[in-house]
Amino acid sequence: MTLRREWWIQKGLLAATLTSVAAIFLLLFLLLYFSFPLLFSGDLKQLFSWRWNPFEGHYGILPMMLGTLLLSILSTVMAFPAALGICAFIYTHRNSCLSRLLLLVVHVMTSIPTVIYGFVSVFILVPPMRRIFAAGAGFCLLTAALTLGLLILPTIVLVFHAYLTQAGGSLRAVSESLGLTPMEQFCFVMLPSASRGLVSALILGFCRAVGDAMIPLMLAGNAAQIPASFLDSIRTLSAHVALVLATDSQSMAYQSVFASGLLLFVMIAMVTALAHHLNRNMLSRCR
Amino acid sequence: MPVRRISNRVLSGFAWIASAGLCLTMLTLIGFLMKRGMTALNAKLFFDNVPWTAAVLGRQPVFDGIWPAVVGSFYLIVLASLIAVPLGMATGITLSEYASPNIRRWISLAVDILAGTPSIIMGLFGFTIILLLRKTLLPQARTCLLLSAVCIALLILPYIIRVTQNSLEAVLPHIRLIGPSCGFTQWQTICYLLLPLSSRGILSGVILGIGRAAEDTAVIMLTGVVAQAGIPQRLWDKFEAIPFHIYCVAAEYQSVRQLDAGFGSALILLAITGILFLAVTFLQRVVVTRYEILS
Repeated sequence: MTLRREWWIQKGLLAATLTSVAAIFLLLFLLLYFSFPLLFSGDLKQLFSWRWNPFEGHYGILPMMLGTLLLSILSTVMAFPAALGICAFIYTHRNSCLSRLLLLVVHVMTSIPTVIYGFVSVFILVPPMRRIFAAGAGFCLLTAALTLGLLILPTIVLVFHAYLTQAGGSLRAVSESLGLTPMEQFCFVMLPSASRGLVSALILGFCRAVGDAMIPLMLAGNAAQIPASFLDSIRTLSAHVALVLATDSQSMAYQSVFASGLLLFVMIAMVTALAHHLNRNMLSRCR
Repeated sequence: MPVRRISNRVLSGFAWIASAGLCLTMLTLIGFLMKRGMTALNAKLFFDNVPWTAAVLGRQPVFDGIWPAVVGSFYLIVLASLIAVPLGMATGITLSEYASPNIRRWISLAVDILAGTPSIIMGLFGFTIILLLRKTLLPQARTCLLLSAVCIALLILPYIIRVTQNSLEAVLPHIRLIGPSCGFTQWQTICYLLLPLSSRGILSGVILGIGRAAEDTAVIMLTGVVAQAGIPQRLWDKFEAIPFHIYCVAAEYQSVRQLDAGFGSALILLAITGILFLAVTFLQRVVVTRYEILS
């Protein structure tokens, strides 16, 4: 009797597992299925061009790709020094009230919805940008990058902090016995020994920036163009998907959406693969 | 060694500036939202001019308040959790207790891919499901509440699978032996020993997943949320949701009243995610004393 029940439970669990795995494969399959016609038709050249103007029959998505790259690189570059400073602060003031408070703030930041960052930036950040630079409407690459940098900051800080804590212990004792101040310990001992952690933290943050759709949609202006400066409006791949699907368009525009989705997927997969590769290389060098 | 002292000073100064800057930014962000949102929060914001009892009981529709968005978000979270939590926990249990190492590796890879997928792609996936249905079985298929719930469930599924698997695998080997030594079958061991022991970890993972479901905007934007829909009556109705309402206000508000409604909704969303965050923190800090002796 018990064995019978056991058998049923095991089969039930297996069925649930297969359902989840099937869902995952269905996702990959459907994305590929709908972007497949692209790869084997003459439309590919039209998609990979620099002009987006659906009313005149131009469906190039390269400006969006450039926008995604520029925005994510810029926001990661902005978040990097801040994250380093915050980690240094937490390390040098460890066991004090201040560092615990700072860690709490960073944890709270992870729980704030993306759409709220965007919403508040529209009212706090955009008007000053418009006033200070006196160019455009304030919805530009720089505004979006600042907000996106704030959004990915907790990811970078928390991952790097975890690596630092892991590396700690004996290294800290040795460097302390050499007479290094806490800041010197951080710069000359902890930072080099946890550099691998720093790289993976940055990559995680970068992936988050590439995948995010709401911040660029709300703050970057969404003009499909090649930006001439930080104050120009841009459109990212993720925002492009949302914009085209929100307005009913003709089939060629849909195709550009699937191409964008696939490109996003490939970009994130490539960066992740790069991270794995870097990790392995650094490991072998350390040995 | 003046150089050494100066560099120390400069670096510490930089660390102080970065940390203080972050705290100031977050204070401004939350303070601004509080200041604008608090004045906007009242019964009229929720229910317009409909008496609240009639609105809550569904006797009278609310057209100009955020009540339908609150209800829509609630339905969405409940539906998505109903799908994702049992599936995710079952998958986590299978991965940790039943699967062979080889299968475990492959499924883990798939779960990792899913975890790295941006939410806009999950929305695109929902959209392709509708396209496929239209071409094949259901020509009149359209985006709806159920589709959004499925896609959101897929978004939080990897969290729940990971956290279940990790919590079960974290139970120490000598405690695992208690099960067989009492004559338990494998399922009895899982059900009466391993799951209670790892319940705290699993629960905090589930709550994190719910928080993710509550805040995500990109997925529902492509799978059935609209600006004006009222309270959904059936699973295949269009619906409203708080995060999408906030996005709409930021994109195209026309009056002070709409703006106020936006700030009010932002504050409500912040309160929901804040409460979930507090719950997770509480669970992680407070030790469940009943099983403390075992772990």
